[in-house]
Amino acid sequence: MTTANPRSAPKPAPPPRPGPPPVRAEQNHRTDDRNPAMKPVQPRFDRVPMTGAQSLVRSLEEVGCEVVFGIPGGTILPAYDPLLDSTRVRHVLVRHEQGAGHAATGYAQATGKVGVCMATSGPGATNLVTPIADAYMDSVPIVAVTGQQSRPLIGTDAFQEADITGITMPVTKHNMLVTDAKDIPRAITEAFHLASTGRPGPVLVDIPKDVLQEQTTFTWPAEMELPGYRPTTRPHGKQIREAAKLMTSAAQPVLYVGGGVLKAEASPELLELAELTGIPVVTTLMARGTFPDSHPQHVGMPGMHGTVAAVAALQKADLLVALGSRFDDRVTGVLSSFAPNAKVVHADIDPAEISKNRRADVPIVGDCKEVITELIDAVRAERESGHADLTQWWAQLDNLRETYPLGYDWPADGSLSPEYVIERIGQIAGPDAIYAAGVGQHQMWAAQFIKYEKPRTWLNSGGLGTMGYGVPAAMGAKMARPDAVVWCIDGDGCFQMTNQELATCAIEGIPIKVAIINNGNLGMVRQWQNLFYKERYSNTDLGTHKHRIPDFKLLAEAMGCVGLRAESKEDVDRVIKQAMEINDQPVVIDFVVGADAQVWPMVAAGTGNDQIMAARDIRPLFDGDEPVIKGTVTAEAKVSTVTADALQDGAES
Amino acid sequence: MIERHTLSVLVEDKPGVLARVAGLFSRRGFNIESLAVGPTEHASVSRMTIVVAVDDFPLEQVTKQLNKLVHVIKIVELEPAASVQRELLLVKVRADPTVRSQVLEIVNLFRAKAVDVAPEAVTIEATGTNEKLAALLKNLEPYGIREMVQSGMVAVGRGPRSITAAAIRP
Repeated sequence: MTTANPRSAPKPAPPPRPGPPPVRAEQNHRTDDRNPAMKPVQPRFDRVPMTGAQSLVRSLEEVGCEVVFGIPGGTILPAYDPLLDSTRVRHVLVRHEQGAGHAATGYAQATGKVGVCMATSGPGATNLVTPIADAYMDSVPIVAVTGQQSRPLIGTDAFQEADITGITMPVTKHNMLVTDAKDIPRAITEAFHLASTGRPGPVLVDIPKDVLQEQTTFTWPAEMELPGYRPTTRPHGKQIREAAKLMTSAAQPVLYVGGGVLKAEASPELLELAELTGIPVVTTLMARGTFPDSHPQHVGMPGMHGTVAAVAALQKADLLVALGSRFDDRVTGVLSSFAPNAKVVHADIDPAEISKNRRADVPIVGDCKEVITELIDAVRAERESGHADLTQWWAQLDNLRETYPLGYDWPADGSLSPEYVIERIGQIAGPDAIYAAGVGQHQMWAAQFIKYEKPRTWLNSGGLGTMGYGVPAAMGAKMARPDAVVWCIDGDGCFQMTNQELATCAIEGIPIKVAIINNGNLGMVRQWQNLFYKERYSNTDLGTHKHRIPDFKLLAEAMGCVGLRAESKEDVDRVIKQAMEINDQPVVIDFVVGADAQVWPMVAAGTGNDQIMAARDIRPLFDGDEPVIKGTVTAEAKVSTVTADALQDGAES
Repeated sequence: MIERHTLSVLVEDKPGVLARVAGLFSRRGFNIESLAVGPTEHASVSRMTIVVAVDDFPLEQVTKQLNKLVHVIKIVELEPAASVQRELLLVKVRADPTVRSQVLEIVNLFRAKAVDVAPEAVTIEATGTNEKLAALLKNLEPYGIREMVQSGMVAVGRGPRSITAAAIRP
């Protein structure tokens, strides 16, 4: 692992170490919930003497970990020594622990495997908190391994001591402090099992330095001890039949598809269910690509910046079939006015999501793959005695689709349209590429104007809304899928939070492509200031237009990347194609775009979905079914009522 | 309607488990009225009795969220009518020799015990439901309560069934 050639492509996975075949190599993949602790286990390695650090690295190898993103430091140092010799685990030295965490997330989101990051105690560990919280909100399976001060020093405010298990308790699925080196194989086994099964999520394993240093023995496989962890994957048959009845008889049903379907790898089953029933499908921000955008039954993304047709479908539905989605406030708008006439079938692997925000009429606890598979059979049986006619429903939705398609205007000042740039990247790179976004306007445009056909091609920070997610997540995705083209669609604000990982990409040979949608501003905040704060632009101008600081082209070159720039429509295709041809180096394109473009449609925070505005001053669902185009006066009146809620909301970015 | 609910929570006896449970209640905005933790007949399992004031629907959320904690093994709601619920009270009452017999009379009426006597004060031990202890305190108040300490509620279901036997696999 000493090569430092910036032009080398990602190294192929090293050949497996000679020795016993890796019988549990599949362990890192998404597995069912059968608890191996319940089965008798024949140890393959029985009490082999080694240090705690060696035991940690061997455990990571045996559990199927291929890549660790991390930075060494005082307390984790012992683990880095055996890591140098590992041929099965590649370590990617990042520049900031936040980058390690998001890279692990990108790796996991692109593959479904567990992503792994490593950091030292104290600041190393606390720098992981944001990506861990991010992975928690988006249910991403990652394992974070952190060093901790030696056992006798814990609790004494020792150098670089932080109570990271205490700090991350609210943002991890589980965490543990290992206090005995013999427990390391079990801790790693449990961490990977917890992260990847049930509702996936981040797990943190904190290991004191003296535990890593002490002599111990290594036994593998390790038996898990998780008596309180029994996720339900198999849905209840009676609930499935109940759901199938409603799905067959409803006149205005919608399949409201969330990230849980993607995580369950249930795209083929979803397609079959949708085509069997003819029910319209909406895919949430976390589910983009789970159902093909090109499919005629796909009516778009719902939510704050969803399509009018998708938002209307949910609002006017008489039945919502929520699959692996969680009725997030960005989808429902004001909850009390959300889908007022709909019955709700809610299927999720996490029972706590069901009826958390919206009461479910038919709750189904189970893995979405099993749920949808059983729904297909049950619906098919139900349809033998007839089914509701959806012609009227489709006519309504088709009308909305035709009247309010996604679209954008070119900026009046002649500057470059950000939507056009993103649309062209999607068209040129195509549906096989992976797209990672930051958070803000560019994220919404990337969700709207790139057409996703396949699962795991759209990576973003949906729940936590973490600016700076894009570059390291793209890096992780490229490590996971070296053959795929990986684009990061970033904003100039986001990019400046984590672009140091471009140095990592250049040195480690991870040729990602970064499109900076540079509008010179914190664009989404500016949009809210424009709409709700009387165009008073407080602290949103980043100076990347006015002063060209930083010069992104030069910055890219300084970090060993190819730097390109596009400032007019004519430049766009040329630079994208140029970037597509570079496969041995990261590429950064500074797309200098207009500052005034806005994300539409929009359901403003604090309002209901009925108040959706297709574009400024156009409210298609206002006052009944007839599309009404309202004048400026109404829009201003509405804007003033929204401001107070917007102030409380504070989530815009 | 907001009601008090008594939850018996079986947890693995692991470091930090109390912090996990308490943290979950506070971050989800649920108020713990009383909490008692202690051992069970299984060495590796502790039992928490948590009294929480919420209406039925949020209660469902509380138990679902609690169940997601890996160290939580089982949760049972104990209905007051179908369980025995007890709290322990130790109270130091001002009682010089002129009123001591009156104080001890109250102690007897409530089937409490005097566990320490000094010239100026009596320390009383009492167990019972929250209501009984409140009634005792009300009667002692006129004499002057110098110090008191009260435990969280512990509770067990009536009848022969055991919630631990079903939850813990050998």
